[in-house]
Amino acid sequence: MKRGLIPLAIFLIVVGFLFKGLFLDPREVPSPLVGKPAPQFSLPRLDNPETKFSPKDMLGKVWLFNVWASWCGACRDEHPILVELSKAGFVPVIGMDYKDTRPEAQQWLDQGGNPYNVVAVDADGRVGIDYGVYGVPETYVIDKAGMIAYKQIGPVTYDALRDKIIPLVKRLQAQ
Amino acid sequence: MIPEIGHFSLILALLVSLVLGSFPIIGAARGNTVWMGLAKPLAGVQFVLIAFAFLCLVYAFAFMDYSVLYVANNSNSKLPLQFRIAAVWGGHEGSLLLWALILSIWTVAVSLFSKRIPDDMRARILGVMGLISVGFLLFMLMVSNPFERLIPAALDGRDLNPLLQDPGMIFHPPMLYMGYVGFSVAFAFSIAALLGGQLDAAWARWSRPWTILAWIFLTVGIMAGSNWAYYELGWGGWWFWDAVENASFMPWLVGTALIHSLAVTEKRGSFKAWTVLLAICAFSLSLLGTFLVRSGVLTSVHAFATDPRRGIFILAFLVVVIGGSLLLFAWRASTVGRGGKFDVVSRESFLLANNVLLAVAALSVLLGTLYPLFLDALNLGKISVGPPYFDAVFAPLMAPAIFLMGVGPIARWKEAALPELAKRLRWAFGISIATAVILPLMLGNFTPMIGLGLFLAFWVFATTAELVYQRLGKSDLPLMGRIKANSRSWWGMVIAHLGIAVFVLGVTIVKGFESEIAVKMLPGDVAHLAGYDFTFDGVVDRKGPNYEASHGQIHVTKNGVLRTILEPEKRLYTVTNMPMTEAGISPHLIHDLYASLGEPLDGGAWSVRIYHKPMVEWVWFGCLMMAFGGFLALADKRYRLKKRAPSKEITSKAVKSSKKAKA
Repeated sequence: MKRGLIPLAIFLIVVGFLFKGLFLDPREVPSPLVGKPAPQFSLPRLDNPETKFSPKDMLGKVWLFNVWASWCGACRDEHPILVELSKAGFVPVIGMDYKDTRPEAQQWLDQGGNPYNVVAVDADGRVGIDYGVYGVPETYVIDKAGMIAYKQIGPVTYDALRDKIIPLVKRLQAQ
Repeated sequence: MIPEIGHFSLILALLVSLVLGSFPIIGAARGNTVWMGLAKPLAGVQFVLIAFAFLCLVYAFAFMDYSVLYVANNSNSKLPLQFRIAAVWGGHEGSLLLWALILSIWTVAVSLFSKRIPDDMRARILGVMGLISVGFLLFMLMVSNPFERLIPAALDGRDLNPLLQDPGMIFHPPMLYMGYVGFSVAFAFSIAALLGGQLDAAWARWSRPWTILAWIFLTVGIMAGSNWAYYELGWGGWWFWDAVENASFMPWLVGTALIHSLAVTEKRGSFKAWTVLLAICAFSLSLLGTFLVRSGVLTSVHAFATDPRRGIFILAFLVVVIGGSLLLFAWRASTVGRGGKFDVVSRESFLLANNVLLAVAALSVLLGTLYPLFLDALNLGKISVGPPYFDAVFAPLMAPAIFLMGVGPIARWKEAALPELAKRLRWAFGISIATAVILPLMLGNFTPMIGLGLFLAFWVFATTAELVYQRLGKSDLPLMGRIKANSRSWWGMVIAHLGIAVFVLGVTIVKGFESEIAVKMLPGDVAHLAGYDFTFDGVVDRKGPNYEASHGQIHVTKNGVLRTILEPEKRLYTVTNMPMTEAGISPHLIHDLYASLGEPLDGGAWSVRIYHKPMVEWVWFGCLMMAFGGFLALADKRYRLKKRAPSKEITSKAVKSSKKAKA
């Protein structure tokens, strides 16, 4: 009986680790940009290509910078959450439409609602390279001084908003 | 409407599997024949319901119903029909449905081909399989429903992952799942035997063909996956020790040990507890593989579902199934008899040693696979365990295992004489040592690993030749008669062992002698590798059904004579915006020539990778030989049911009384 329990004991240890592993994200790589100034750029706006948007415009405010695209599947998951967040109106959300076409992007916003204060268009993905975008969607929290405080890789979820992003934004706004 | 019918059909299947998982088992415990008799018809009904649900999903894919979320996520109107159908198992929900379907196929197969098995045993086996089915159907209906609607419907789908748009994708997952899930049969036999307390030679004989069949599927499935990686990933590798590959390899290692252990249990009555443990482990590792793939616990190209709810569900399921069966094992295994005694030098000992080596190898793969997770969970940092670990650990474990493989079949059961063995094997030993030294020197590259690999391959060839010679040489019958005088399962063993030798030879040669170059080529440029001249003819644009391709052409000459034309392609799948590489390969028995396109450079130049892969095809051919060996063993006369009179003598009571008589 005692010897027969050994396989069970090994199994239970493995289960303990697997359980813990469920709450770890193997893809969570600390971004080298966190704590650094957000890279500068000047990109045309989606609603009006004549005017440009630059991160400088946001100095003095805490804001979210969300990289998205109409071709991106996971963006579909986070979009309603962003729309709801923007309705609450407590933090400006700037979108960057990444490697996309204008009509498709516009159609996407018409269908799903527009959570963005401004959408900048990064048609060829150059600004994306500066920000180290390697998967869409990605979301950055940028503080009043224009420093990147946090990077969310993958869709913004309710849990991420509640546990990380909103508390962080509140803290930064209080500074 | 059709998706709802499919969904409803799954719900009905869950209800049926609940009854199948309870009444027959309780019936077997109470001796209620009516309840036991439910098992067979229920297995059939369950199969029909799940197959119907599966067809509903196939219908949704074939007719492009993008109001079904899963279809919209994994298909596209431009995707060709054969891939639209293969896309059914291209994502998380659908592959679970395939799992459940295959489980129901195995269940119904067991119910149909189990006439010789006593009623109570059969009821328990089918009941256990029903319980597993309950778990998977619940999982699907609760957190992974493939029929979930998308309202409003998408205009078009997001397309199947381009990596999976390949003929290999049509066969690889079903084969692999047939293997994975097939081990559920051996598992169910073991649990049934533990429940009923009837672990004996008859039990081993019943579960052996099922185990071999599952093992064949798993072998072919892994082979197909490896082959797919070779031509689809575009960098000439065929095995990456990726977490998901490991997940399929661990059950294979344990399954291989199980097949051999079952043989001993059937023939000699030994190793019973060990065999049961292996059967539990083989299926547990299959389930664990599913967990690793489906939970997203480990990063991998294969992980397409990351949802903690799903992970927790599968983990809970693992705890119930594996924990429960290991507990049952701990409780019941001590009651299992010891079986026939054997000497330290005997076929049993060799098989036991091999078994232990295979099990330890599986454990070491498990450790390597989970090690990053262990460290991360203990906050000791993030690392990844790669091929260096596996190569360093795996080869020293496999080398003695393969060496023993040459000795085992020649040694006698019960007790063998070491001097006699040595005498019979000295020629084989001499030949393989000589080959291991001379061949690499002739080929111009000797390293200890090449020497070891060649020694092992030729050791298996030579000892198998000795074995065949000994069996066939001492008779006056004509050759065909002599061949037929040996059973098919014996021939199956011979061919499977030769398959290992072919495999080892292929791995050794390709690892030791492959070469590659990465060059920048303009049209008209020539690159030289392994005595061949590769002339880049340039790239033309082509349009596929759902991708745009840059189609390259490289013509290969040797001493001015045209040998072959390689056509590597770089594709951009337009819906997902994902680039894909299609390697241009000229396969050959002696060597593969392999080219893949890298990135376009300035002025019409391309970066091109060219590989020379000697004997790489032997790797997969060896696997096919192993599978064919298994197939021959299945075709053995012992397993042919119809020609035998239904043997009533092996009822559980008869077995029990014979056990008493032995004691």
